[in-house]
Amino acid sequence: MATDTTLPKKQPSVGDYLKRNIREYGLLVALVMIMIFFQVVTNGVLFRPVNITNLVLQNSFIVIMALGMLLIIVAGHIDLSVGSIVAFIGAISAIMLVKWQLPAIAVVPLCIMAGALMGAAQGYWVAYQKIPSFIVTLAGMLVFRGMTYVVLGGRPVGPFPKDFQVLSTGFIPDFLSFTDPATSVIKNYVALVAVVALVAYAVYAGLRERRVNEQHGSENEPFGFFLVQMGVMGAVAIFIGFQLATYRGLPNVLVVMGVLIALYTFVTTRTTVGRRIYAMGGNEKAAKLSGINTERLTFYAFVNMGALAALAGMIIAARLNSATPKAGVGFELDVIAACFIGGASASGGVGKITGAVIGAFIMGVMNNGMSIVGIGIDYQQLIKGLVLLAAVFFDVYNKNKG
Amino acid sequence: MSRILLEMREITKTFPGVKALDNVNLKVREGEIHALVGENGAGKSTLMKVLSGVYPAGTYEGEIHFDGEVRRFSTISDSEHLGVIIIHQELALVPLLSIAENIFLGNEVATNGVINWPQTFKRTQELLDKVGLREMPSTLITDIGVGKQQLVEIAKALSKKVRLLILDEPTASLNEKDSDALLKLLTEFRTQGLTSIIISHKLNEIKKVADQITILRDGGTVETLDCHGQDISEDRIIKGMVGRDMEDRYPPREPRIGETLLEVKNWNVYHQQHRDRQFLHDVSFSVRAGEVVGIAGLMGAGRTETAMSLFGRSWGHKITGEVRMRGKPVDVSTIEKAVKAGLAYVTEDRKELGLVLINNIMHNTTLANLKDVSRNAIIDERKEAQVATGYRSKLRIRSHSIYQEAVNLSGGNQQKVVLSKWLFTNPEVLILDEPTRGIDIGAKYEIYTIINQLAAEGKGILMISSEMPELLGTCDRIYVMNEGRIVAELSREEASQESIMRAIMRSGEKH
Repeated sequence: MATDTTLPKKQPSVGDYLKRNIREYGLLVALVMIMIFFQVVTNGVLFRPVNITNLVLQNSFIVIMALGMLLIIVAGHIDLSVGSIVAFIGAISAIMLVKWQLPAIAVVPLCIMAGALMGAAQGYWVAYQKIPSFIVTLAGMLVFRGMTYVVLGGRPVGPFPKDFQVLSTGFIPDFLSFTDPATSVIKNYVALVAVVALVAYAVYAGLRERRVNEQHGSENEPFGFFLVQMGVMGAVAIFIGFQLATYRGLPNVLVVMGVLIALYTFVTTRTTVGRRIYAMGGNEKAAKLSGINTERLTFYAFVNMGALAALAGMIIAARLNSATPKAGVGFELDVIAACFIGGASASGGVGKITGAVIGAFIMGVMNNGMSIVGIGIDYQQLIKGLVLLAAVFFDVYNKNKG
Repeated sequence: MSRILLEMREITKTFPGVKALDNVNLKVREGEIHALVGENGAGKSTLMKVLSGVYPAGTYEGEIHFDGEVRRFSTISDSEHLGVIIIHQELALVPLLSIAENIFLGNEVATNGVINWPQTFKRTQELLDKVGLREMPSTLITDIGVGKQQLVEIAKALSKKVRLLILDEPTASLNEKDSDALLKLLTEFRTQGLTSIIISHKLNEIKKVADQITILRDGGTVETLDCHGQDISEDRIIKGMVGRDMEDRYPPREPRIGETLLEVKNWNVYHQQHRDRQFLHDVSFSVRAGEVVGIAGLMGAGRTETAMSLFGRSWGHKITGEVRMRGKPVDVSTIEKAVKAGLAYVTEDRKELGLVLINNIMHNTTLANLKDVSRNAIIDERKEAQVATGYRSKLRIRSHSIYQEAVNLSGGNQQKVVLSKWLFTNPEVLILDEPTRGIDIGAKYEIYTIINQLAAEGKGILMISSEMPELLGTCDRIYVMNEGRIVAELSREEASQESIMRAIMRSGEKH
């Protein structure tokens, strides 16, 4: 039934706005609630500086892979091979660093290229031979896992040289030491200053965007909302920054992750490539008939995924300080779950980087919190599975109601 | 006068914020063909959904009397149980199952869940004989044409002891021959006492078969016309539908024709799937600046295939031939190159091929030409909004803003969004494939006006249409295609429905 909705233009009321954007706010609220819940049941262990640092280290690679996976899912595909790519890259980095004694500065780019190549190998079959990505990457998952065993000969290889470990266990040094770290509460001023500066920039950018929106008449969220959202996010960020500052400062991976999140948010929301991926996922035929080279776009989505999985693989290897054939088993499922919890649609065309990142953190905080409380890995899996189902049901329910 | 089989009394149905039906009344007599007409959005489909129980009793106001009793259907099976059966515009057949399996799907001839195949095939054969479909019961749906699929749907309805058959746009995707056969079948059923309601946009067909016509407009009943004893003209029906006299369905235009823009010579194309079968044979045509050129022909004549093979080889294979723009040979081997050469192709199927339905108007408008709203691959959102707003007001796209999702627009407005997208690529020649299919009369008029404007701006328009009056009303020149060949070229003066049909028939005799 075609109903021509010629509605008068009006400022959205708070209730309407909340209803229409319930998914995004719901996600954020869920993350905050889960954090508060575990903060209480762990008697405050969750937000201890050392645990926050751990949380970041444990989840960075999931977040990094979720960035690539979101593009794959928005494009209408799936990639099951990332866990195996992680293992294989860990293995070849160990061979290059430990057996061949190559310098880390050369190994890192080589590994990223290798990951991109693995993505390209799969992207070729998906994009140009039109084989469903589920099958291609299922094959890739098996092939790359097998290659890992071959390369490592079935045994772990390690330990890694110090300059490679820095990738995952290093911190940004405090070049702004105002006080003596031995006596002061604040051990690392860089962390605090960086976080405060970021929050300030976020507020500035948010205000500027509102102004631009007003100028060309597109819709703004109600100002109260903006304030509350900025307030909560800012407070959480500064609190975490403060906690980190009282420990060892900003972990290197946190910075890498932050830069990548910013980059992919920009690419998906502001660039032509991002727009084309969404259009392709929404209706591939229409995108193709609009002159978009959908094959090439799909191919590069897989190349990108491979490169990000390679980076994640190195971070994991460096963190564990050894490359094992079993590294990364089941990671693809955590990454995919993060995207779906974050609101991506399995049929393509829908999903946001911020959603995937929050989804990854929801999974991460739950993993971490449940481990602290002492819930076994068996029940952890069970609970995570139910959370995924609940999140997707929430989407479907909202869609049907709207 | 026969008795009333169905009466819907003062049906009112509201959706949040919209009153879709407002005190609608409908009376259908037993054994008649009752036509339901109205523009898109007038409420026809909603009314039928109320009748069939898609919207269960209690979600609407008013009463349904069927067979002399008040009925309250809460599911579709309630209404089907009484013999009220709807055949939707989008056929509900499973392509990879056989005709027999489809007919008895959900209603299998079985004991304890084990299907009795001999009985199934026997009954299928009886039903197929009734509807005059000469196919094996074991033939797969995917292997028969749309016209025959429609007949399978009717056979399926007959298998359920139908008393009131409702057909929603049954001939929308049929060619004229199949349409005629279908209408004939309906009139045959009428003599056997079957009652049917037919929803259609094709007024000439309605005129042919209907006993009564009920006209809906804006969710209300306008009037019911009795076709016996008086000749009801199409204009009379249209007047009821749009609420005013439609003196001219086609806006007038003074053609100012300039130099030749697009010239295609000896275009030969092989079939996309059956790769050794030549589908288009030596197709040659031209379009001049300021000219509206039509391509007429039956379904399967090769019109869409000509357009799509030309537009970046989107269809077919082993494509050969010459394409010139303003006299110079151009490369149109990819869509990007075709667009660069100044071509634009507005597809026949806007939902499947034209729009990204889940994206908003703005994103759809700029999709084919993102480079003009971006710098270094970064989209200038302000400029993009300006462009979309510009086309929204120029083409009068009715929506609450450029941020409305395309899926929520009516057919006519969706078509305007697709047009915006291609106009923004600034083409010299626009190929419009069935630009007014499935959109209502008011929106059609607007599309014709836009076509006229574009021609006046010096663009060349190539229009493919199955509606002959539309081609005759808008085109300066008409090519007639049949079986992959251009079989005639008619000037405005020469062209008429008869001359077009004659050209098609004659060419058919030759081969």
